[in-house]
Parts: sequence; structure tokens; C-alpha cells
Amino acid sequence: MRKLARLSRFNVASLALGLAFLYLPILILVIYSFNASRLVTVWGGWSLRWYREFFNDGAMIEAAWMSLRVAVASASIATVLGTLAAVALSRGEGFRGRTLFSGMLYAPLVMPEVITGLSLLLLFVALNAERGFWTVTIAHTTLTMCFVAVVVQSRLGSLDRSLEEAAMDLGCNPVRAFLLVTLPLIAPAIVAGWMLAFTLSLDDLVIASFTTGPGSATLPIRIYSEVRLGVKPEINAICTLVIGLIAIVIVIASLASKLSSSQGESAAPL
Amino acid sequence: MADEREGIKVAAAAKPHLAADQPLLRIDGAVKDFGAFRAVDGVSLDIGAGEFFALLGPSGCGKTTLLRMLAGFEAPDQGRILLGGNDIAQALPHERPINMMFQSYALFPHLSVRDNIAFGLRRAGMARGDIAARVAEMVALVKLEGMEKRKPDQLSGGQRQRVALARALARRPQLLLLDEPLAALDKKLRESTQAELMELQRRLGMTFIIVTHDQEEAMTMATRIGVMDAGKLVQVATPRQLYEAPRSRWIAQFVGDINLFEGELQSYDGHRLTIVTRDAGPLVVVEPRVPVGKAKLSVAIRPEKVKLSRRESGGHADQGPAINRLEGTVSDVCYLGGSTTYTVKLDAGGTVQSAIANTVRRDADAYGVNQRVVAWFTSNDCVVLEQ
Repeated sequence: MRKLARLSRFNVASLALGLAFLYLPILILVIYSFNASRLVTVWGGWSLRWYREFFNDGAMIEAAWMSLRVAVASASIATVLGTLAAVALSRGEGFRGRTLFSGMLYAPLVMPEVITGLSLLLLFVALNAERGFWTVTIAHTTLTMCFVAVVVQSRLGSLDRSLEEAAMDLGCNPVRAFLLVTLPLIAPAIVAGWMLAFTLSLDDLVIASFTTGPGSATLPIRIYSEVRLGVKPEINAICTLVIGLIAIVIVIASLASKLSSSQGESAAPL
Repeated sequence: MADEREGIKVAAAAKPHLAADQPLLRIDGAVKDFGAFRAVDGVSLDIGAGEFFALLGPSGCGKTTLLRMLAGFEAPDQGRILLGGNDIAQALPHERPINMMFQSYALFPHLSVRDNIAFGLRRAGMARGDIAARVAEMVALVKLEGMEKRKPDQLSGGQRQRVALARALARRPQLLLLDEPLAALDKKLRESTQAELMELQRRLGMTFIIVTHDQEEAMTMATRIGVMDAGKLVQVATPRQLYEAPRSRWIAQFVGDINLFEGELQSYDGHRLTIVTRDAGPLVVVEPRVPVGKAKLSVAIRPEKVKLSRRESGGHADQGPAINRLEGTVSDVCYLGGSTTYTVKLDAGGTVQSAIANTVRRDADAYGVNQRVVAWFTSNDCVVLEQ
């Protein structure tokens, strides 16, 4: 076991400040979600009133359900496509223009979301597609696929090529070598990629507002439109639930990757 | 014996029925280009069943590419590779009864020692019980009992090397390829592993081809060595032939240490050559395979064949082969434990190295720096090489 270096007072103080900077706003939001008062800034005692309000707010529930469905669908599609892209880019040796495609893969990472959203909107309008669940899902897939590809590609890059060769040498055809050796080894990165895509989709506002249609607002869109009319404590409750959901997902993911790969290697450099 | 038969089944193809003089492996004019770079340049080589063959060469000489062509990871651009008479040049890796041990070992990190060894057997569709028996046998063979459940990252470097070996041997391949198998081990472990590999190869009667850049390793283990340089196979010989009768200056310098004296042929009486060298004056050489056609030649002599004497005691009885005497001054003494290497600055201008075994513990008579000495060697012990 490695011994933990002793922390000096300065270290402790800077750590505490850093954590406070990151988590204090969230903590305040969580606490105020249990506020009994109608006024957001006035403490009126503990209550679950706003959670009840949220569960009775049909439009909000519908938006949350829409967001979850979009997030799961787009994350799943993006994971499949992104993994395939990563495999093609890091393994396809005879593939011309690999560098170009690699570069293009990174473009959506730095592209302003407004541009992505607007261009997708123009595309959907040109195609005369009915905007709603599927257009948002497709838009989120294009956004998150490159994140998955980058995560999986970096894992593939750190993998010893001779592992696949050893599998082939021991009687696997290339497809089986991939399924039996490569896939289990990149699985933590694939899981991490899915998680990343899921959370990105869940909190996206800009692209979703460009590509969604009437009657199919996602949760961020719904929250944003509510907040414009003034912050209701109900929003705090919704946000707390979302934070809770994401926290659970992250804990499960890290437990899963710890169990699946006992090699102590991090799943992804994120 | 029953075990042996099973092995043949696992190896997919039955053991080839070789004619008495048919080699197990024949490489015939293999060429491999990577873009404009020719990695393997027309290599032809026969390897018999049961041989321990070493491919030796500096990095980038094409030896690993040649090995990868045998394993099926590269296809030759020209030439044939015959295994037991069948051309396998274009066969995929999993279709060949050949297994390889990788330099990085390439153990599957997500599988235990047992599953790593069983991997190839499962792919061959062996019955469950047979797999368990074979794995147990392999584990015993490489002395890893009790480690079956560990993952590769819970093993030491030496243990990983053994797992890799067991995994490659488990399918009982007709040919085992070893790519720098000992490069990652420290010196002591390397030496004991060399001995174990040789023992194993003899016991199993398998054909091994090892790739190495370490000439001592090749000399220790192999029955024959193929030296490669710039994609070409420049000499194939037993370790002794390679060391005592290298075919070129490059090989002489690559395999072991050597003193080289360049010069021109002065006379040849059908038995003895006299070569006038620039750095050491005239030298007499007895050389049966003389390249007399060339005037420019080099005389090569291994350091351990160069003896030293004190200057005074020069008068040897002139019997036996002619002796070359070179007068000079000791300029450097390098003590290596088992032997000492003396560098002698010759009066004629050049230098010569002499390696002398330290046969006594205290040598009051050892040569010191600046001492006048005679470096001498017989005409039988040197080799003539073309320039």
C-alpha cells in the first residue's frame, strides 16, 4: 500500500476552498429545495412541498421523461457509432484520410453549440422533418458521438496491439479477437463514454431548443422557460433530483469499471 | 504417448509427413516492402524439424518482420513460405499451426493465468476435460503451480514470461516463434531462463525460432544462427562457425569483439598468405577459404587469441604454425573479473586488444599500463576477410 503524503495546513485550506467553490452553490440549491417558503431567498423551515409540487406538475414531469428518453436513446446510439468510429480510426491502417477524419471528429468538441444547433435546425427544416423526440435525439447523437469516440480512441491507443495479434495467433479470426480481447479491455471506456453522452444530453439546452418542436420540450428547456418568469422553489427540487440521478449514475459507473477491470488502469482520461 | 497424439489434433493440421531430407520450414525468396523501404530482401532459408534456430541482427534489420511473416501478421510481397510442404505465405495467423511468444508477452490482462493458457485450446474446440488436463500440464511445465488464478498484473516479470511461453506451447504448434523472449528480464534471470528454454525445447522436440539482437543469447541457445543485415540473410551457420569463420567484416564485428587489420595481399604460396597491413606490418595467415582474387583484405583476430609476452622473452621455438609478433606498449587495462582486456598500442601505428583469462587470484605478473609487450598470435587463429 502506498502511504498517503501528510497534508500541510496550506494543502488542507486550499483543498477546502476549492471544494467549497465547486460544491457550495450545489449544496445551497439542495438545501433550499427543502425550503417551506414560497420565496426562494427566505428560509421558512424544512418541507417536501416543492417535491410534491413537481410530481403534480404534469408538464414538468413530461419534460423530465422526454429528457431521460432522449438521453438514453442518444447516448446509446452515440456509444455504438462512436466506438465504431474509434475502432476504425485507430485500427484501420489501410484507411486513407485517417488523419483528416480524426481531426474532423474533434471539430464538434470545439464547435459553438449555437452553430451546431442552427445548422441542424436548417437541415431538419430542409428535410421537412417533423421536429420532436427524434430530431433532438439525432442532434444529441451528433454532439455526443465525438466525445465517446475520443474516450474510446484514447483507450484503444493505450492498448498493446500485440494483444489482438496474440488472440489471432491463438486461433481467433479478427472479429473474434476483437470480441474476446479488445472489447472487454475497452469496455470501461465504452461505459464511461455512454455516461458522458448521457449527462451531456441531459443538460443540453442550446441544441435541444433549436431542434425540438412544439409540445416536446426537454427538462432544461422547460426549466429555462420557467426561470424566465422568476425562480420557483420547485426548480430547486427538480435540480436536486437531477443531481441525485447523476450522482447515482457516476457511482454505479465507477463501481462497475472497478469490478470489470482489476488492472487499476483508469477507464478514460477524463 | 497418448498425450502426444492429442497435441497433434489440437495443432489443427496433423503433423506433416516429412520426407527424410525435407525441411520443416522453407522460406523461399521472401520479400517484404513497407512503402519504399525493403524490410526483408529475398530471404531463403531451410529449417529442419527439432532445430533451435536464432535470427540475429541489429534492430531494424528485418528479423522481426521475417518472424511476423512466419506468424502470419505480414504477408510477403514475393516468395513462398512452405511449412511441411504447404505454402502458407497468404494464410491468416489463426489458420497456421504456428504459435508465437511476443516480446511484450501480450498476456490478456482481463484473464487469469489459467484462462490465458486455455485461450488457444478453447479456440481449437478442445473438450473441457482435455483443456483442464493440458493447462495443468503446461502450468507444471513452466513451474507456475499455485498461480493459476492470478491475473497477469499480479505476477513478476519472470512469471509473466513463463505464462506467455506456456500459452504459446499449449497448442503444441509445429513451430514456436519467440520474439526477443528474454529482453525484459534481468541478466541473472535471463541466463537461467535460457537454460530452461533449451531444456524444454530438447524435451519437447519442438522446432523453435527465436529472434534476438543479443549475440550471446543466440550463441548460447541456438543450434544454428541466421545473421540478418539490412533485410538480407548474410550468413547461416552454427555458433562456432559464425564466431570462428565469419563471412564478412560486418559479421565479424557484430558477433563478438575482433581486431581488424586492413592491408594488401603480398604473397600466397598455396598455403600461407602474407598480407601487408597498414597498422601492424606484414602478417602471415593460414586460410583455407582464401578470397585470393581480391588484393585488399583484412586480417581479423579475436582478442582472446592474442597472447601477450614480455618483450625480453621473445625467442620462441619456431615450430608449429608461424607466429605473428607485434611489438607495442600497453595503453589500457580493463579488468572484467573473469578476464582482463589489454589494449596494446603497436609500434607500427595501430592498436590490438588482447583478452586474457584471469586464472589465478593474485597475479603479481599482470601487465601494467606503459609496459612494453609483444602481442602474438598464430597464423591459424586469424581469418582473412574481404574489405
